[in-house]
Amino acid sequence: MTSTSFLQYCLAGVSIGGIYALIAIGYTMVYGILRLINFAHGDIFMMAAYFMIFAMVDFALPWYVSIVLVLAATVALGVLIEKAAYKPLRSAPRMSIMISAIGVSYLLQNLATYLFSALPKGYPSIAFLTKTITIGSISTSVVTFITPILTIVFVVLLMQLINHTKIGMAMRAVSKDFETSQLMGIKINRVISFTFVIGCFLAAVGSILYFTPRPSVYPLAGSLPGLKCFIAAVFGGIGSIPGAVLGGFLIGLSETFIKAAGYSEFSDVFTFILLIVVLLFRPTGLFGEKITEKV
Amino acid sequence: MKKVFALALASVMTLSLAACGGGNDAQGEAGNEGGAAAAGTAISGDTISIGVFEPTTGENGGGGMQEVLGIRYANQVAPTVDINGTTYNIKLVEVDNQSDKTAAVTAAQSLISSGVVGVIGSYGSGVAIAAGQTFADAGVPAIGCSCTNPQVTLGNDFYFRTCFLDPFQGTVMASYAIDQGYQTAALISQNGDDYSTGLAAFFKQAFEGMGGTIVADETYQTNESDFNAILTSVKTANPDCVFIPSSIATATLILPQAKANGITAQIIASDTWENESIIKAAGDAAEGVAFSTFFDENDEANPIAKEFVTGFKEYLNSDSQNLTLNGGTDGVAAVSALGYDAYMAMHNALQALDGTEGELTSVSIRDALVDVAFDGVTGSISFDENGDAKKNVAYIKQVKDGKFEFLKTQSAE
Repeated sequence: MTSTSFLQYCLAGVSIGGIYALIAIGYTMVYGILRLINFAHGDIFMMAAYFMIFAMVDFALPWYVSIVLVLAATVALGVLIEKAAYKPLRSAPRMSIMISAIGVSYLLQNLATYLFSALPKGYPSIAFLTKTITIGSISTSVVTFITPILTIVFVVLLMQLINHTKIGMAMRAVSKDFETSQLMGIKINRVISFTFVIGCFLAAVGSILYFTPRPSVYPLAGSLPGLKCFIAAVFGGIGSIPGAVLGGFLIGLSETFIKAAGYSEFSDVFTFILLIVVLLFRPTGLFGEKITEKV
Repeated sequence: MKKVFALALASVMTLSLAACGGGNDAQGEAGNEGGAAAAGTAISGDTISIGVFEPTTGENGGGGMQEVLGIRYANQVAPTVDINGTTYNIKLVEVDNQSDKTAAVTAAQSLISSGVVGVIGSYGSGVAIAAGQTFADAGVPAIGCSCTNPQVTLGNDFYFRTCFLDPFQGTVMASYAIDQGYQTAALISQNGDDYSTGLAAFFKQAFEGMGGTIVADETYQTNESDFNAILTSVKTANPDCVFIPSSIATATLILPQAKANGITAQIIASDTWENESIIKAAGDAAEGVAFSTFFDENDEANPIAKEFVTGFKEYLNSDSQNLTLNGGTDGVAAVSALGYDAYMAMHNALQALDGTEGELTSVSIRDALVDVAFDGVTGSISFDENGDAKKNVAYIKQVKDGKFEFLKTQSAE
């Protein structure tokens, strides 16, 4: 492996890792607040891609309008799902709401199959993003290059939001203790909706960054990335945002290097074995908090 | 007491299951022996059901749909057949094998149980091979349209095909590469797909036999969407050309990524890449791609082809749904022409039947297919002892200015 190809592999790895990180944040935030693993998140990622196809191809809107529309539509979809499928089950046992999430996931997949047909649709290309650039001896597209940068920017902004704003404090409080924060006067519904807004916003951004260099969308396109991002969130410690980001980058890099070594069939196998190993030896993940049992 | 009762009940149920299974086996064996003689499915009433076994969803959905359109048009052109004085209606029974080998077997079984006496399809050698045994066991002949892997007809007396084979196609593309002056080539094939791995192997054999060297041999798994690592490895090996015998869905993903990774070597491919959606999705990343195919719509030499092209374009344009299913254009895909030829072969076989009472079965259709010979859209159609069409010409096309342009014909050399 030459140094050029090694750097190229690293770039590919952190690029896909960045996208996984953005989606994993959605999983981890929703778990932190609601103790719910939102299995539908990968399919929200897929629906965001279809929204983009509608905006740019069917309505022929310019890219800056389309991106804003896609972000808004995905956020609206996420909030709608929360109000319709998760809110009524807030006092139900945790298993019920998790099954509801699985149900929403299948609903979105089959709705997409019914509405948009199961044949892959071409994702529109945004001219300046798909341009090929050369950095030194590495050749890549603009979007692949800006993906990890954009990811870090968003994560930093998010951490600022969580740690230095009122709504961030409210979110931290709710994730620590649901009932007591309600007693303290925190508007629970607003906090939960806001969490979904952030999660779906990042999923929409991830979707744009993912599908621009891979311009083919089909209804099941979100299931495998969604699953891998869930594993990233678990690996990093579900409930911890830095953990999810780290998990995402790690899975992206390991996938790329396993493919580079010639074992591309095993790239997904590794990710799933990682899940089992993490759950066996360190169930709370890398940055997860150990849950102490009070006597 | 309860335990003993439960145990007794369980063993009685298990024994009855085994007895049923054994009973079925005995029946099945009798049926098969009968099948070897003259069973299969019989034509009843005045409607002949022909199954259409194609993928309309999944990674090969685009190409499969184009084949279905060709078959539907053929059914429109020749909706009835005259067997020894009696006219029968031909009805198409379409199933979707979802480009998946497991779903293919289920789809094939549903076709058999719906009483078809012949099957046309499939696009995709993997699904054709998977379902081949089902058709053979039921005594129903199948005519593959664009499945090029030799295994489809090898050892299966009931499978025929109207297209050329992959050993031929691999040699054709290798000859093209050598003619272009390429000394080194890289291979990217799909692990687990009979068509892709088979064709890559045939290309490698032919290319190395003509003095070339394979500098990279990469594989990816089904439904892979991220090819950056593989393409970086290919780029490092610095080949003169890259041979990618993949599905249409993979092509739309791999071409933009190849361009982004700075691969300037010419990309060559095979018959699956003749689909407008690739040009639409990849844009100018598809420029210069060359591939082999079965048919060219601008071929003036064959009058039957000309008539077909005019008629089929009319059929496509008559309904906007047809245009959408064809990939949004009225360009005539080679696989549609093959679908048409396969239907006509079935039609010819039906016409050749005697018409006597016990003779109107799927097995006799199969026997009639062996002797079929006519001039089809894609050349003269007749089957050799394996059931393969005697084809020895391939058309090489290239993507120029966002369109498929015919380059030249290539024969096995």
